[in-house]
Amino acid sequence: MATVDYPLEKSRRQREFSLSEALYSWVATVDHKRLGLMYMTSAIIFFLIAGVMAMVIRAQLIVPENHVVGPQTFNRLFTMHGTTMVFLVGMPIIAGMSNYLIPLMIGARDMAFPRLNAFGYWIFLFGGILLYFSYLGANGLFGAGSAPDVGWFAYAPLTERAFSRGTSTDYWILGILVSGIGSIVSAINVIATTLSMRCKGMKLSRMPLFVWVMVVDAWMVILALPPLTAGQVMLLFDRYLGANFFNTQAGGSAVLWQHFFWIFGHPEVYILIFPAFATVSEVVPVFSRKPIFGRQAMVGAVVAIGFISFGVWAHHMFAVGMAPISNIFFATASFLVAVPTGVKIFNWLATIWGGKIRFATPMLFCVAFIFQFLIAGLTGVMLAVTPFDWQLTDSYFVVAHFHYTLTGSFLFGVFAAIYYWFPKATGKMLSETIGKWHFWLLVIGFHLTFDPQHILGILGMPRRVYTYAPGRGWEPWNMISSIGAAIQAIAIICFAWNVIRALIKGERAGDDPWDAWTLEWTTTSPPPEYNYETDPEVRSSRPLWDLKHPEDPDWKYE
Amino acid sequence: MTRRLAVLTVVCAELVFAGTAGDHPIENIFRPLSTPAHEISDVSFLAVIICAVIFSVVAGLLTYAIIRYRRRPGDSDAEPPQVYGSNQIEAAWTVIPLLIVFVLIMVSARVIASVQNAKPPANALHATVVGHQWWWEFRYPSLGIVTANELHVPLSDTAHPQPTFLKLESVDVAHSFWVPRLNGKTDVIPNRANDMWIDPHEAGDFIGNCAEYCGTQHANMLIHVIVQPKPDFERWVAEQQLPAVEDPSVAADKQAFLSVSCVNCHTVKGTSASGVFGPDLTHLMSRKYLASGVLSNTPENLRAWIKDPQAIKPGCLMPAMHLTDNELDSVVAYLRTLK
Ligand code: HEC
Ligand SMILES: [Cu+2]
Ligand SMILES: [Cu+2]
Repeated sequence: MATVDYPLEKSRRQREFSLSEALYSWVATVDHKRLGLMYMTSAIIFFLIAGVMAMVIRAQLIVPENHVVGPQTFNRLFTMHGTTMVFLVGMPIIAGMSNYLIPLMIGARDMAFPRLNAFGYWIFLFGGILLYFSYLGANGLFGAGSAPDVGWFAYAPLTERAFSRGTSTDYWILGILVSGIGSIVSAINVIATTLSMRCKGMKLSRMPLFVWVMVVDAWMVILALPPLTAGQVMLLFDRYLGANFFNTQAGGSAVLWQHFFWIFGHPEVYILIFPAFATVSEVVPVFSRKPIFGRQAMVGAVVAIGFISFGVWAHHMFAVGMAPISNIFFATASFLVAVPTGVKIFNWLATIWGGKIRFATPMLFCVAFIFQFLIAGLTGVMLAVTPFDWQLTDSYFVVAHFHYTLTGSFLFGVFAAIYYWFPKATGKMLSETIGKWHFWLLVIGFHLTFDPQHILGILGMPRRVYTYAPGRGWEPWNMISSIGAAIQAIAIICFAWNVIRALIKGERAGDDPWDAWTLEWTTTSPPPEYNYETDPEVRSSRPLWDLKHPEDPDWKYE
Repeated sequence: MTRRLAVLTVVCAELVFAGTAGDHPIENIFRPLSTPAHEISDVSFLAVIICAVIFSVVAGLLTYAIIRYRRRPGDSDAEPPQVYGSNQIEAAWTVIPLLIVFVLIMVSARVIASVQNAKPPANALHATVVGHQWWWEFRYPSLGIVTANELHVPLSDTAHPQPTFLKLESVDVAHSFWVPRLNGKTDVIPNRANDMWIDPHEAGDFIGNCAEYCGTQHANMLIHVIVQPKPDFERWVAEQQLPAVEDPSVAADKQAFLSVSCVNCHTVKGTSASGVFGPDLTHLMSRKYLASGVLSNTPENLRAWIKDPQAIKPGCLMPAMHLTDNELDSVVAYLRTLK
């Protein structure tokens, strides 16, 4: 399809010529694409900040008894690193990707509630800034500030007034609580949009897998966040209104907080991985030149994961001294999650099988994702073996495991998505050469960083330690791990360079650079504000395949 | 795949070669020395093998696929055959994992039950572990002993099995008791009594860490479990049960110690020092380390610690008392006699 210059667009562009007007148009926008890009940009900025924190953490641990930072600073660093990556990187990326892509993919002109959408973004950003404001204000503005230092899961009673004086913990509570409103709002919007705004012919059974996964994700956000919010409000009551929910000094329960947190926290890890699932399910078929294998099974698996993931939370608590029967129950549920997860991996594999694979950068990230997610899943199975978990929980093995899911899987999936959809969003191609540098450096850095951490866990190194003594067999692994982190940093610099370079002088993308099959590739790159001039109509789940292969369209087989 | 294989090889190498470094053996969850740790290690090893097999199969197929089905230069532009799925295949790769899961559930349940349901035999030693920010208190109620940071337990060999059952409590926040070669970890949670047991088959000093983040000095909350043959253990018990040594040559130093604020936080049995906020110092010199494993117990280290604990363990709950050099000398001289 040719690139059309719409007169409407042109006049708008002229108007935006003045900087203040341009700024105003972004601040006041309710366009799902702009909001999507704003979510993504904010997430990337927070990602860079939390990434720098990770670098300081690894610098501190590169040798035993190091003095890069002291214990207080270190504890704040890992707290803010984890909190930022989960709530200010993972969550807005979900919102950003859903916002940008869902209306385009289902042939709609915007989300169902555009203004609510804008509200969601701004409240998220406010929450994030509130959390970071703790660096200045957490002891009250008169004293030096300090960030929260209670860990991203903020176990009680360390968060109670008796052990956490000042207001840093309150910033943690309120920052997350407020940014969570943004996540909920965007989840509601995703569900409403997909239920009511699909174009003609887009039956649920024809909806792209990406959209399916993000809808299930939205349901999970809506169900999982309230327990966290409830727990946080109870904690505020404890801290300021004399309640004693988690105050063990007055008969409260420390374990109760853990239940509240993890009934949110476990679904949350699936919530975070779903955008990667969604991306891989779109990218792998296009670059293998085959439809996704077992479409219905893929949808079924995602729904099954969604359900089961609400029944496994206490596998984070195998060491708190639960009764054997509870341990067995949660072990069983955790093993069961592995079954639909396996189905997904097998289906991706079967999609690749018999294809004609083009190893462009998005596909490279997807292939690495599958390998790494496989390992993440298998170490997850090991952790579900309760007795094994008694040894591994809260050790570096767990750190390695969840970075395999969040870096090796989620982040790789997000990079696949960025390389794949960046041309659509900006009209410019990212460089394949720099992309490959980015990819290979990240793969090498990732494995050097996290593979040795499995061994550290097996050798008894607990997580969240700011220092360790020499002579316990941990030195070489920590050294390798820190070197790997530096290599990852170089990879991220390549990425940043690639994006900036593409924005300035990237090759023009055209409407459909990847020869893809979903609706978003029919409109211009970047799409006009109204997405589609005329409402599209689809007859199968691969409308562009039908268009490109009139002799053998998909709808014949539906 | 090669990446993962490399890791596995390294783990195996580590299992075989991990020996001694410094004065204690390197901990490793796969080199168990106590029944629960053994059972855990066995089931863990099984899980690792099962996962390694699954990994080899899936990663092998994936590697094959990306090599075999890559687009080669000169390939035609025709699309490959479009395959949409197969219910039989989906069923197969749902059912096979289910069977594996079933096996894993069964073996896990067995070990969970046998570790958690073990009942103390009549001769079992009972001790209470109390977690403090950032040190460990060990109490032996039946023996009338209170000590800190170094848990002494009797050797439990096949000839004389004598397990130790631990009750775990915390006075402040949540901690976790983890000595990898003796058992998995069990959290030490305020307002809740947990328990665990060990029956070490080898004498020695086994090191572990607090494994639940508990605040500023979580990193420096080490555990030493000192496993002694029965006679040695009994000698240690007898010594610990005595009140503090009365050495007339340090009477003045003792007076100096009792007149500074140490007594508010520390107990020395048989004197007026009866604080319970910090570790019991009655037999301080019977310990190998100071401040939960941070320093070895030498006169210089002891002096440095008392002079400024914050320089050694920043943020710890013992303040620098700003003693004069004379007071410091006296306090150290006195403490050095507390065998
Ligand atoms: C405010 C209470 C407090 C006061 C006063 C105090 N201590 Fe401590 N002391 C502690 C705490 C708490 C620890 C444990 C520190 C740690 O390991 O984190 C400790 C640890 C020690 C240890 C190490 C014990 C061991 O088993 O490792 C020694 C020795 C010691 N104190 C001596 C003294 C002396 C001597 C004085 C007086 C000059 C003193 N303390 C005053 C609270 C106090
Ligand atoms: Cu979980
Ligand atoms: Cu701790």
